[in-house]
Amino acid sequence: MALTLNVNGRLREVVVDAETPLLYTLRNDLGLIGTRYGCGLGMCGTCTVIIDGKPVQSCDLPVSAAVGKQITTVEALGTDEKLHPLQQAFIAEQAAQCGYCASGILMAAKALLDVNKDPSDADIRSALEGNLCRCGTHGRILRAIKLAAKEMRGA
Amino acid sequence: MAQVKDPAARKLPGSLDANRRLDRWLQINSDGTVTVTPGKVEIGQGILTALVQVVAEELDIKVARIRLAPASTAFSPDEGITSGSRSIQDSGLALRHAAAETRDLLLARAAQKLGVTLENLTVADGVISARSGGTATYWELATPDLLAREATFDVVEKLPAEHVVVGTSLARVDILGKITGKPSYVQDMVLPGMLHGRIARPPGPRARLKSVDVKEVEQMPGVVAVVRDGSFLGVVAQREEQAIRAERRLARIAQWDAGEELPDSDPRRLQTLAAETEVISEKGDPATAGARQLTAEYTKPYLAHASLAPSCAVAQQDGGKLKIWTHSQGIYPLRGDMAQALGMAEADIIITHAEGAGCYGHNAADDVTLDAALLARAVPGKPVRLQWMREDEFAWEPFSSPMIVRMNAALDAKGNIVNWSHELWSHAHSTRPGGRGGVNLTAAWHLEKPLPAAKPGNPPLPGGGSHRNAVPLYDFPNQKITNHLIRESPLRTSAMRALGGHANAFAIECFIDELAEAAGADPVEFRLRHLKDTRAKAVIEKAAQMAGWKPNEKGDGERGRGIAFARYKNLAAYFAVIAEVQVSEEVRVKRMWAAVDVGQAINPDGVINQIEGGIIQTVSWTLKERIDFDRHVVTTRNWTDYPILTFVEAPEVEVALINRPESPPVGAGEGTQGPVSAAIANAIHNALGVRMRDMPFTRERIVAALST
Repeated sequence: MALTLNVNGRLREVVVDAETPLLYTLRNDLGLIGTRYGCGLGMCGTCTVIIDGKPVQSCDLPVSAAVGKQITTVEALGTDEKLHPLQQAFIAEQAAQCGYCASGILMAAKALLDVNKDPSDADIRSALEGNLCRCGTHGRILRAIKLAAKEMRGA
Repeated sequence: MAQVKDPAARKLPGSLDANRRLDRWLQINSDGTVTVTPGKVEIGQGILTALVQVVAEELDIKVARIRLAPASTAFSPDEGITSGSRSIQDSGLALRHAAAETRDLLLARAAQKLGVTLENLTVADGVISARSGGTATYWELATPDLLAREATFDVVEKLPAEHVVVGTSLARVDILGKITGKPSYVQDMVLPGMLHGRIARPPGPRARLKSVDVKEVEQMPGVVAVVRDGSFLGVVAQREEQAIRAERRLARIAQWDAGEELPDSDPRRLQTLAAETEVISEKGDPATAGARQLTAEYTKPYLAHASLAPSCAVAQQDGGKLKIWTHSQGIYPLRGDMAQALGMAEADIIITHAEGAGCYGHNAADDVTLDAALLARAVPGKPVRLQWMREDEFAWEPFSSPMIVRMNAALDAKGNIVNWSHELWSHAHSTRPGGRGGVNLTAAWHLEKPLPAAKPGNPPLPGGGSHRNAVPLYDFPNQKITNHLIRESPLRTSAMRALGGHANAFAIECFIDELAEAAGADPVEFRLRHLKDTRAKAVIEKAAQMAGWKPNEKGDGERGRGIAFARYKNLAAYFAVIAEVQVSEEVRVKRMWAAVDVGQAINPDGVINQIEGGIIQTVSWTLKERIDFDRHVVTTRNWTDYPILTFVEAPEVEVALINRPESPPVGAGEGTQGPVSAAIANAIHNALGVRMRDMPFTRERIVAALST
């Protein structure tokens, strides 16, 4: 069926089965490949996008449930020319190894910083409760998010 | 000043010796760029960044001029497998030499062109200048014939003191794409007309397909082909979610024969099985008795690599050629096994590497590649992208072997170790493609005409497999180290970070702690007392200093600290770590202080990143991880069954790098594993007074230990 999605500030029409997980529509119909499959069960966070301000795992959300809502993916976070402070901080802290978890974590972190300008270490850790990292870059990621928050406050 | 290699050795550095043509490694392009074509691959460890630094250094060019080509059987040097933390030694030293020789060749051409002697030339970012005036650039001097020659021996590489790029923390070359959502992985590949595949695996490792009515599935929306060959069952569909639905349906309607029962999953069962026994080290009189004798046994379970991305490959049958994109760690060995499984000539299979998520060893990267090829053959001309589901990855990836280590030692009256025995039981730790006499790819065993797996085995010492790090670095007057290898395993086992070195160093470092306690000695002093190696002592002393270690410090019934040390493979990175734990019923690792010595650090921050990652991943192995199975199936299928360390639980980690630019560089990806597990066990003892000897240290096990 034809559905209209509001993705990264643009209305996009897709023809898909209503039950298709949003993840596959983002990746395979809209070419937004930065959102990634990790488990299909909403347990690892690699597919995290922001929907109406909240971090949501797109792998087990039917695309029909996202109609009429604002969806933001990592592609809209910043551009190569104008990176988001979170992306700048990830570079500053070299907060990646394989990087497969990065898109989802960046989106979870953006959702946090959008509502909490000065998160504590515990706030950041609990905002990432739904995101796994297997390479063990946790410390760098936590530092990077803290740094981005500081930059965004202009401190 | 310069270093000249010993001409008597007549062996070129690293992988250059087996791949001597310079143009297999480098090309100097007329557009002012340099293409580097290493055979080693990025698996998240940051190797490509370090290789770029090595080449920029020896060629005297800016880093930004370097282009990396993905490893491909079409042109790359055969560097075997990216494993064992050997890429710096294999690929880095090869490229260092090749780049230095390339620079010499360019200088020779410049000298001729400018009519001056070599001594009168200097290079800056590819521009060669004569002291008397006149310049020539690499880009105009290089012609295709320049590097169409074999490397020679008499090449002068820069001295460490001359390095300006090597030894600096260059930002990772891959990070920008990864944090801006650019296609970065094989999972992200999109080719024109690409279809999606999925595999309906047997429910358990010994199950076989009895029957399946594929017609019903063939009628499902989007399904292009159902592929059945023996117990290999897969589907190709137009859309990814259609392939998943069809695979789920196939799995439901297929009739399977469950096969023989699997045995119990307890690692202690290993001691009851027929083993091949080998004494790998013996010195002095192993019968020496002391004033006091100690014995202990340590175990680890089956562990999963648990890559965050389930494995994926893209395959396309194009006439008589098969094109493959894979995140395999060894494209050439994989090509050999694929050719056998598919009945094709190796030359007709072109395998190109594309990154996957971090793999930490032999995961399902190779297996999914044969799966994709088998599906692609059913839809000639069409590229097929196949990503395993999470459940497939947990159930079918090769696991790290369970192990049991029995330690026995004697202390003399002064509390020194006078006798040491280490006996280990393990399955094989290396069943990658490229094994002799078989095909090491899951689908090959499920075909109508199955191809048997190669006999599982171990890489030889000094690196070793199950016996890696079994010989202690400590100096004991009498010792005996015995390896019991049990080749057949109910679940397939293969390489995961540190191989047997994880359990062996864990056992050694826990046991040393038990002996120190028995001797009434401080665990830091006790280790130093039994070591002669000064670099080993230096990392231990550094970690102790960072942590503010107090001799004979005691935990308080809740908090405690423990130390451990190892030198990876006894020939690579030195690593010492102190763990601080807080235990109620559950163990929380709060802080870790670590010191590492990898010789010359090409990229110091890259080394530290690898060490931090190794530490945190091992905290997860130690506290939480275990693959389990019942009589027929692997019951661990998702992240609830196999929890890993979360952001809430991750410890603070501080790493000090002892950089030794004058010492040969070695890898940093492994070597943290055994010491980290042991430091945690020792810290728990320091806190609570109980010895945890069986990993993982779960809440149930802590409660049980406290109640005995």
